[in-house]
Amino acid sequence: MIEFTIWDILRNLLLATRWTILLSLVSFLGGGLVGLVLLFLRISKRKSLRAVAKYYIELFQGTPLLMQLFIAFFGLGLFGIDVPAWLAAGLALILWSAAFLGEIWRGCVEAIAKGQWEASASLGMGRLQQMRYVILPQAMRIAVAPTVGFSVQVIKGTALTSIIGFVELSKAGTVVTNATFQPFTVYGLVALIYFALCWPLSKSSQILERKLNVAHRNH
Amino acid sequence: MNYQFEFGWLVEYYPQIAKGIAITIQLIAVGAVAGISLGIVCAWVRALGPAWLKPVVAAYVELIRNTPFLIQLFFIFFGLPSLGLKLSELQAANIAMVVNLGAYSCEIIRAGIQATPKGQFEAGSSLAMTPFETFRHVVLIPSLERIWPALSSQVVIVMLGSAVVSQIAAEDLTFAANFIQSRTFRAFEAYMVSTAVYLLLAILLRQVLGTVGWLIFPKRAAG
Repeated sequence: MIEFTIWDILRNLLLATRWTILLSLVSFLGGGLVGLVLLFLRISKRKSLRAVAKYYIELFQGTPLLMQLFIAFFGLGLFGIDVPAWLAAGLALILWSAAFLGEIWRGCVEAIAKGQWEASASLGMGRLQQMRYVILPQAMRIAVAPTVGFSVQVIKGTALTSIIGFVELSKAGTVVTNATFQPFTVYGLVALIYFALCWPLSKSSQILERKLNVAHRNH
Repeated sequence: MNYQFEFGWLVEYYPQIAKGIAITIQLIAVGAVAGISLGIVCAWVRALGPAWLKPVVAAYVELIRNTPFLIQLFFIFFGLPSLGLKLSELQAANIAMVVNLGAYSCEIIRAGIQATPKGQFEAGSSLAMTPFETFRHVVLIPSLERIWPALSSQVVIVMLGSAVVSQIAAEDLTFAANFIQSRTFRAFEAYMVSTAVYLLLAILLRQVLGTVGWLIFPKRAAG
């Protein structure tokens, strides 16, 4: 039987970590774009658009991410699309993060005093101009800390993609465990790698929160 | 798309689905009660407890909050037996949920405690209460009341997260969905129905927690 050193295990896990990082980036950026659309729908003047965004967010926040992954993985196949795991993983994670980011950002926009809307309207600005020049610059300041905080959830969320067969850090952990029969060491190391990815983000989110002097909000 | 949706045949799998729902509810019931209790103890330590214990609890909270639930579950179920601690699937799933919710609720409850005015502690001690009595009677309940909505959301998030316990073969709702899928190859229906059940459970859980909050904090109901 081959003996595996800690270094062998760690090297394999670190190689797989690249995919965790890449998938996290894709999900976070894609989720941010869709989330921005949701934000505009959510604060739109048309009631129907607001309702669409509301139900979208409720659906994606009220069901397990794992189920969303399963449906993306098996559901897309119904449309005759051959679904590789990375496509289903990316799609589900983007749609899922969009729901949370859209809702976080709505909270930030709504935290801006009503008077700011009225003041900018009284200057003859249109709705888009109000957003662009008055509301968003202020809301963005509030949004930085919770947005960075949510990136931690995205990284942790990518762990679930291992279940539909995407080979990232968690899947690598399972594979390496099966090869080495050292679950304690392997999952311990996997946890430490996730911690090394997430903790700096958590910490900077806390520091930003203090720095930008924003009261702690529920999220 | 020429896929024919059929949901009728799912009735046949009613026992599996019902069992799955029961286990998911059991997981969240134990998780919520024990997890929030653990969270209260940890929040007390972090806010008012002995100095030597603070870093231990801080490390626990940071470690849990910055690693995926799936890995925590694998570590408990696959990793701990090498230390001689063998657990059944359901025990491991329960422990993972309590440990996970304990860390998150600690941070939420701590925020509530820290928002309590200093004068409340002083008022408590002026009534000759011990620090523990002050915490128990004067600080804890108003703190919980303040953060109850955030705590409720976290419980719902943990309930949805519990879907992954199917990966260690704990027979929850997702396990039932996987079971049906592997028997019938009708993945879409199985997952759609279980997703809908999760959505219902989430809505129901929010109602229950709202009612519980209304019962524990009669002040708010009266005011």
